[in-house]
Amino acid sequence: MEGKEKDPLFSGKNIKLLTDQINRNNPITVQVLGICSALAVTVKLKPALVMALSVTIVVAVSNVVIAAMRKYIPDRIRIIVQLVVIATLVIIVDQVLKAYAFDVSKQLSVFVGLIITNCIIMGRLEAFAMANKPWPSFLDGLGNGAGYGIILIIVSFFRELLGSGTLMGYPVLEKIGIYRIGYENNGMMILPPMALIVVGLIIWFQRSRNKSLIEK
Amino acid sequence: MNSLRKTIDKLKPHFEEGGRFSKLRSVFEGFESFLFVSEKVTFRGAHIRDSIDLKRTMTVVIIALMPVLLFGCYNTGLQHFRSIGEDPGVLASFWFGFVKLLPLIIVSYVVGLGIEFIAAQIRGHEINEGYLVTGLLIPLIMPIDIPLWMLALSVAFAVILGKEVFGGTGMNIFNPALLARAFLFFSYPGWMTGDKVWTEGLVSGAGVIDGYSGATPLGLCALGETAKLPSFMNMFLGTIPGSVGETSTVAILLGAVILIVTGIGSWKIIVSVFGGGLVMGLLLNALSANPYMELPFYYHFVMGGFAFGAVYMATDPVSGSQTETGKWIYGFLIGLLSILFRVLNPAYPEGVMLAILLMNLFAPLIDYYVVQSNIRRRLKRAQLATNNLVK
Repeated sequence: MEGKEKDPLFSGKNIKLLTDQINRNNPITVQVLGICSALAVTVKLKPALVMALSVTIVVAVSNVVIAAMRKYIPDRIRIIVQLVVIATLVIIVDQVLKAYAFDVSKQLSVFVGLIITNCIIMGRLEAFAMANKPWPSFLDGLGNGAGYGIILIIVSFFRELLGSGTLMGYPVLEKIGIYRIGYENNGMMILPPMALIVVGLIIWFQRSRNKSLIEK
Repeated sequence: MNSLRKTIDKLKPHFEEGGRFSKLRSVFEGFESFLFVSEKVTFRGAHIRDSIDLKRTMTVVIIALMPVLLFGCYNTGLQHFRSIGEDPGVLASFWFGFVKLLPLIIVSYVVGLGIEFIAAQIRGHEINEGYLVTGLLIPLIMPIDIPLWMLALSVAFAVILGKEVFGGTGMNIFNPALLARAFLFFSYPGWMTGDKVWTEGLVSGAGVIDGYSGATPLGLCALGETAKLPSFMNMFLGTIPGSVGETSTVAILLGAVILIVTGIGSWKIIVSVFGGGLVMGLLLNALSANPYMELPFYYHFVMGGFAFGAVYMATDPVSGSQTETGKWIYGFLIGLLSILFRVLNPAYPEGVMLAILLMNLFAPLIDYYVVQSNIRRRLKRAQLATNNLVK
């Protein structure tokens, strides 16, 4: 096709697109994007997983679509075109969730629709898909979705375990029998501020391991 | 004393740079300066060193806390014996309360100082006395029946996330003691609110006589049962259920006198907190939409933690405003908001904690505008002067 020096599908550069976003260039802990949904959907592990999956699908597919059309999109209306693509995908995801996972869809409520406004997606379309071919864009989308998802999963793991004493709805702490010696669930874990604090702790942990991330 | 000095001198080389325990230097230094006056002198230039250092400041606050602490012990015992219908006398009540309070104080100090020691080792800082006061304040603002592991958790939260993250003593945005309380308040509301938690033994309910509810004045007010309130005098003296240190306004005023006379606590903040409370109290009196609002404004000063917060919490020099004008604004808004939260938000019977934490957040902003307006005023004055000269 058009490219003269073609990269192999899984060249080092392409793999880096995937892995960088999970750690060194994580959308939540390093770029600090998509925080609101990270606070809102991480009370329980299950909705967080579904949310992570939904965002990954939307960002990956919209990256591919926009990358494929990037040469035909007039510069002045590119935001509208991007929004149309994202909104279409979000509606599809929303309908699928309603059809096959109704209870989770109810828990996520408005936040599925709000994926449209998730800064990570618009950011990747503008910063990456508009200037790259579909395949790297796809990998970049997957990487960002995974980076977003992994933080969601870590946060919701601790919030559900310490706040409700369960994991995926399974009463872990009750089975261990820790309540009998006077342990109680931490009510603050269920409140949004604690999600922010947990994200803060992850940022702390990550930057103390990788000093190059610390801002001057 | 001499032999102690000699032992320390003998041990000293081990903790110096390159010694066997050089990593523990700040621990050693901490103990040395705890036992003896620090020998540190400034090498360059002319410096005048005041004897009022962090250690002296903290010691004064601890002394100012003594009336509250002693009365807290007595009242803890008194409330307990009242709930089971006995009256063994002042000394027995005091002793009972002392024995109950001691574990809280020990846990607070062990956990808090432990974290401070570790943090100082990691950073290579000196250990400072910043936690001494916080460690005593925390048990005083807790219900006596709080489980010790919850206390330990809240102390760890307050010291690590409230203080060390920001850089340790003197760098914290929020008052660490209040942060510990707020953490427990939102984490384990069952242990921090309601009628039962304020009197020792009421949660288990063993031997409690009929008709003893243990409700605090604020709890009664939140239900609108202002007729059942204890008399003003009882609330002023402090023989009512409540957090260990907050009940007695007399003891708190005694502490306030110590803080003000020594110049450690800012009288401006204390006065303006009461002023703010007064204004909001009168305003609510004027509205009088429900029994709580009709409550005479001066009742608010002796109920709950208002006085304790004004004297010991709002005056924290680190988290409060630094400028003199700022102190007036900061204190006034604390008083205003405390009463507002208290009366208009039934979900949070005690508004003082939230009001002070909120104003801690705004203290730097207040200071910023005070400084800016001062700069503007002086600039204007300077311009006026130069204009006059030109004429």
